[in-house]
Amino acid sequence: MRKMLLAALSRVLQGPAAAAAARPGAVSEVSRVVVASRNYADFASEATFDIKKCDLHRLEEGPPVTAVLTREEGLHYYRTMQTIRRMELKSDQLYKQKIIRGFCHLYDGQEACCVGLEAAINPTDHVITAYRAHGYAYTRGTAVREILAELTGRKGGCAKGKGGSMHMYAHHFYGGNGIVGAQVPLGAGIALACKYFGKDEICLTLYGDGAANQGQIFETYNMAALWKLPCIFICENNRYGMGTSVERAAASTDYYKRGDYIPGIRVDGMDILCVREATKFAAEHCRSGKGPMLMELQTYRYHGHSMSDPGISYRTREEIQEVRSKSDPITLLKDRMVNNSLSSVEELKEIDVEVRKEIEEAAQFATTDPEPPLEELGNHIYKNEPPFEVRGPSQWIKYKSVG
Amino acid sequence: MAAAGLGLCRLAVLASGPGPLRAGVWGRLPPLAAGPRRHAAHFTFQPDAEPSAHGQTQKMNLFQSITSALDNTLSRDPTAVIFGEDVAFGGVFRCTVGLRDKYGKDRVFNTPLCEQGIVGFGIGVAVAGATAIAEIQFADYIFPAFDQIVNEAAKYRYRSGDLFNCGSLTIRAPWGCVGHGALYHSQSPEAFFAHCPGIKVVIPRSPLQAKGLLLSCIEDKNPCIFFEPKILYRAAVEQVPVEPYYIPLSQAEVLQEGSDVTLVAWGTQVHVIREVATMAQEKLGVSCEVIDLKTILPWDTEAVCKSVVKTGRLLISHEAPLTGGFASEISSTVQRWAVREQPRSFLQLEEVPGDGPDLALGAAHAEEEEVLSFPSPSRTSSWSPVHSRSPG
Repeated sequence: MRKMLLAALSRVLQGPAAAAAARPGAVSEVSRVVVASRNYADFASEATFDIKKCDLHRLEEGPPVTAVLTREEGLHYYRTMQTIRRMELKSDQLYKQKIIRGFCHLYDGQEACCVGLEAAINPTDHVITAYRAHGYAYTRGTAVREILAELTGRKGGCAKGKGGSMHMYAHHFYGGNGIVGAQVPLGAGIALACKYFGKDEICLTLYGDGAANQGQIFETYNMAALWKLPCIFICENNRYGMGTSVERAAASTDYYKRGDYIPGIRVDGMDILCVREATKFAAEHCRSGKGPMLMELQTYRYHGHSMSDPGISYRTREEIQEVRSKSDPITLLKDRMVNNSLSSVEELKEIDVEVRKEIEEAAQFATTDPEPPLEELGNHIYKNEPPFEVRGPSQWIKYKSVG
Repeated sequence: MAAAGLGLCRLAVLASGPGPLRAGVWGRLPPLAAGPRRHAAHFTFQPDAEPSAHGQTQKMNLFQSITSALDNTLSRDPTAVIFGEDVAFGGVFRCTVGLRDKYGKDRVFNTPLCEQGIVGFGIGVAVAGATAIAEIQFADYIFPAFDQIVNEAAKYRYRSGDLFNCGSLTIRAPWGCVGHGALYHSQSPEAFFAHCPGIKVVIPRSPLQAKGLLLSCIEDKNPCIFFEPKILYRAAVEQVPVEPYYIPLSQAEVLQEGSDVTLVAWGTQVHVIREVATMAQEKLGVSCEVIDLKTILPWDTEAVCKSVVKTGRLLISHEAPLTGGFASEISSTVQRWAVREQPRSFLQLEEVPGDGPDLALGAAHAEEEEVLSFPSPSRTSSWSPVHSRSPG
């Protein structure tokens, strides 16, 4: 009943908006072409930026301290980060409307990490992370509508609506994992497969500052170093493991050194160029057969640990505000591009508008798509040729399990 | 014996229809309507009466009764310490609120995110003579500590010939379905631990039970795992004594006497089967004996078996997956007992649909799926897995 009303509402709201867009469409198209042709001459094609030097552990040289950003790259990064930001904020909104339920861990503030990492690797490389995975699901190729539909539990979701926020998967993206730290040994295994198949692929294995204290991480370091696996261990240090600040959880907060015998670099995770250059450096190290490497990305999340955490009981609003005003990754990129004539404020604003529209459409899909049918509840438990029956909670409910 | 004979006779009458009971009285209930429905909760908490034997009482919900038990322990036992993830500020379910302020940060402290470390460390604390109360944030996360519990804690006394033990260790963990927990915040792993002699596993159904059982676990000279039904943390409110009191472990409680069927459950499901018992009485005229098992390991075999011999039928309801769930242990033990005690009877095992399904829970359906997946009054009410009848 509620869903029908919502669908009706969205159809009604879409109507006039679509009509309004159609009218000035022709005019803006023309003016855009005019503007574009005029601006093309005004914008630079690339610019060089100084980036923060990374702290090094067991390394003689680190990533370069300058980075070249082309106009195309800049626009692409900006659009991607803005999409992720708006997608996360939309998820926040949908959660508060109780359209998304269960657990929801948002990634806003950390966009530079996933976009920077993706910029430095190939689509054929592999990525695995923990539960704060929406950004990675997007950069690894999942459409926004599929991500939002997965959050709302619909059959158009990337995991057919059965996974939810913590279990999103894509091509060469192994999730989306709920148990803290459990994904790290998996990452080493993927790296072994990469080495075994000899296709020059690497695996990015991500975990957080809280997970860095799990025992299985250290077991994995040992295996990866022993067998020289092409694995980049990446600790996304957003300063808080749920509600515990890093100083209260770790004897050593130099997460890039925690691999001991594994070389490490500490990277400014709010600067996308820094992340990109550092990842390129680490990827080259792994691909050349030198073994694993550890990267610590110093980043920050604006939201709390999850939607049930307001995020202000263990840190001050001032701190969050300070990071937002001084180190926001999207603002940093925007300022760089505008100040170096790679783009203009108007052009980036246009991208904002397009992104908002895309997210709105995706949200509409996510709220109107039907839920997966109940008959699918029992599927994919085992891979079995003849389907078998799974007992439900009563003799009238039997789920057919098709592998 | 006459009574037992009467009981058996009555069984025979009821069971005389074609095939098992499904065709008879029980088959009259209509099948469950298909399609998902969003429920608020799949049960109604039924509080017990205020006890008079333990002094002044106070209205407490489940997490407050846990806090009270921990408060009593820390005040009476100077060696007691509480540790786990986020316990210092009060815990994610507020079970340890105020304790750090009251007893100091060397007695109530946070650990980093490392379950194996937490339990291993707890075993060490206990072996050295202190009372260790470890918290695992969700029972779903207890598996990294499984080795420490099964291989170290459970076997310490035995392998040292009673020279050492970690009996003063108690591990607490929130347990069971909650409506939105999905794969990793809803599990009921008691069956895994039931397979391990040397530890005790206890699950309370209410605040009154929780405080008494938790205090008994802490006092008990064996390592104990205390699972707290998280859906009851706020939902269950009762008058609970402020002073400490102890409810014995390994003693099941008959909540309601009956003559036609024995219903056994633990934790949240006790409230479900209580409702079922009432519905069965009203709609079917069936008298149910309701038992709260309370301790999973070592469990009160005598109470359950005696009850089944009296009623002739047994239904066990739990949240965990069906295969290898604790109901299988109970039903096979009851069969062995009944065959031994009543040599001229035989047991007929019927379908046991009262338990959770054999699948992990997806997140996306979240609330709907969990509620649909777990036994609830509308679904528990009409069949019996085990009944005995005399031949001829």
